[in-house]
Amino acid sequence: MVRFENVGLRYGMGPEVLQDLTFSIVPGSFQFLTGPSGAGKTTLMRLLLLSLRPTRGLISLFGSDASRLDKDAITSIRRRIGVVFQDFRLLDHLTTYENVALPLRVQNRAVNSYREEVVELLRWVGLGDRLHAYPEVLSGGEKQRAAIARALIVRPELLLADEPTGNVDPTMARRLIRLFVELQRSGTSVLVATHDLGLMDQFDGARRLVLGGGRLHIYD
Amino acid sequence: MSSNDAIETSVGMTVERRNRAPEAPLVPAASIAGRALITVVAIMTFLASLAAGGAVLISQTSRDWRSTVSHEATIQVRPVPGRDIDADVDALARAVRGTPGISDVRPMSKHESELLLEPWLGQDVNLDELPVPRMIVLKLDASPRVDFAHLKERIARSTPGAILDDHRLWSERLANMANVLVVIAILLLALIVTALGLAVSFATHGAMAGNREIIEVLHFVGASDAFIASQFQRRFLRLGLRGGVAGAAGAALLFLAAGALSRWIAATPSGEQLEALFGSFSIGWMGYSAIALIAAISAGLSGQTSRIIVFRRLRRLT
Repeated sequence: MVRFENVGLRYGMGPEVLQDLTFSIVPGSFQFLTGPSGAGKTTLMRLLLLSLRPTRGLISLFGSDASRLDKDAITSIRRRIGVVFQDFRLLDHLTTYENVALPLRVQNRAVNSYREEVVELLRWVGLGDRLHAYPEVLSGGEKQRAAIARALIVRPELLLADEPTGNVDPTMARRLIRLFVELQRSGTSVLVATHDLGLMDQFDGARRLVLGGGRLHIYD
Repeated sequence: MSSNDAIETSVGMTVERRNRAPEAPLVPAASIAGRALITVVAIMTFLASLAAGGAVLISQTSRDWRSTVSHEATIQVRPVPGRDIDADVDALARAVRGTPGISDVRPMSKHESELLLEPWLGQDVNLDELPVPRMIVLKLDASPRVDFAHLKERIARSTPGAILDDHRLWSERLANMANVLVVIAILLLALIVTALGLAVSFATHGAMAGNREIIEVLHFVGASDAFIASQFQRRFLRLGLRGGVAGAAGAALLFLAAGALSRWIAATPSGEQLEALFGSFSIGWMGYSAIALIAAISAGLSGQTSRIIVFRRLRRLT
């Protein structure tokens, strides 16, 4: 599904911030990505989202060489990936419902075909009574859950989550991770970037990718 | 029904009602200098409508002039020593009457001919001693057309000092002048449209810069460049439509007011001359259609320009 071979990235003429990353993500797998702040977790996420191009090495996504993809192909691949940003990236002028429905709306799907689905998912993440609230009035945890719902609404083949439990209470954190595990069991590959060692300990079976000094260490 | 059920039903109905509302625009209205752009589009549309209305007015007036002129010809009989000018005029009038294409022949009396000189020489001038030419007015049919070459030859042969003026030179000059003015109006229109395109282009670049984060999120959730461009197009089309309608309405009202004013002035003695020069100052259905078309073009151009710019810029992004 995802394959990195000797991937390196530098900004301009600076030093390489990521060096010789070699790993793969297979379908239906669950992995944590961790490392100290500034180690490059978010940068790696951006490489996976094809919003950054590596300065060397090979990235293959869903069997396609990322360097050969045109913009339409990149769009098609992004529709197979769900992403939860650390800073949520909810659109402030849209309601919670509209934010979560966004990935379906950009595919020009009819509102009637997804309305119930979006409402049901929002109820499931505990935002059933916040459908028409705007992000500015949501708490950090509510924004987090809305961002997760937006990533899940397309039933992605690959879920990338950057600190998805950073702003929710432990109960909601466990509930969300349980949702990710359910997704993984149904065939979705999950990559969760987190600092939360306690959370990682609760899921011993998950693979750990540790970034440090620009290099990646894998603990199966 | 329990109170929880009632709340659930109430929330469900609210959700249903709100979800049926039109989807919120993805490009927020507040992120575009909307009011400024509407004003610019309105001004441009107003100016373009004036140019187009002016072109229609000139074209119609010129057609009216030429139509009037082409239905008349005149024979000028100059006094020649040793000849009786009254007899020459009568003889010529008789000779040309019945010529194919001429429906009426009216010799102007001496007094009428002298009246024609009044605007240049003033009143109370004794013209008895001056060799004032006499005019014969010929009314022409549309069909059959008069053979002017043959008629000129006949007149020159029968009466020395008589000249036929078929007004062709005057008509051609009028047509040329009108055509030049129409071309100038079209050039002005093109300049205004270009300026409008540039204004929309600047506004679009500004809107893209202001909505960079939204564009990025849309890309991440799987929006294609075409989809994002269509969102900008929709927003700018709406702004363009509002500006276009305002500008066109302003221009239409101005032409309506000018038409009403010209009709009022036409009722006064000096108004006749003004009406002879500019016609009724009414641009007619053709002019108003042109103004409506310009409003539609302004709106369409705003939307399409925005779409093209957004699409091109997104294509250049990673």
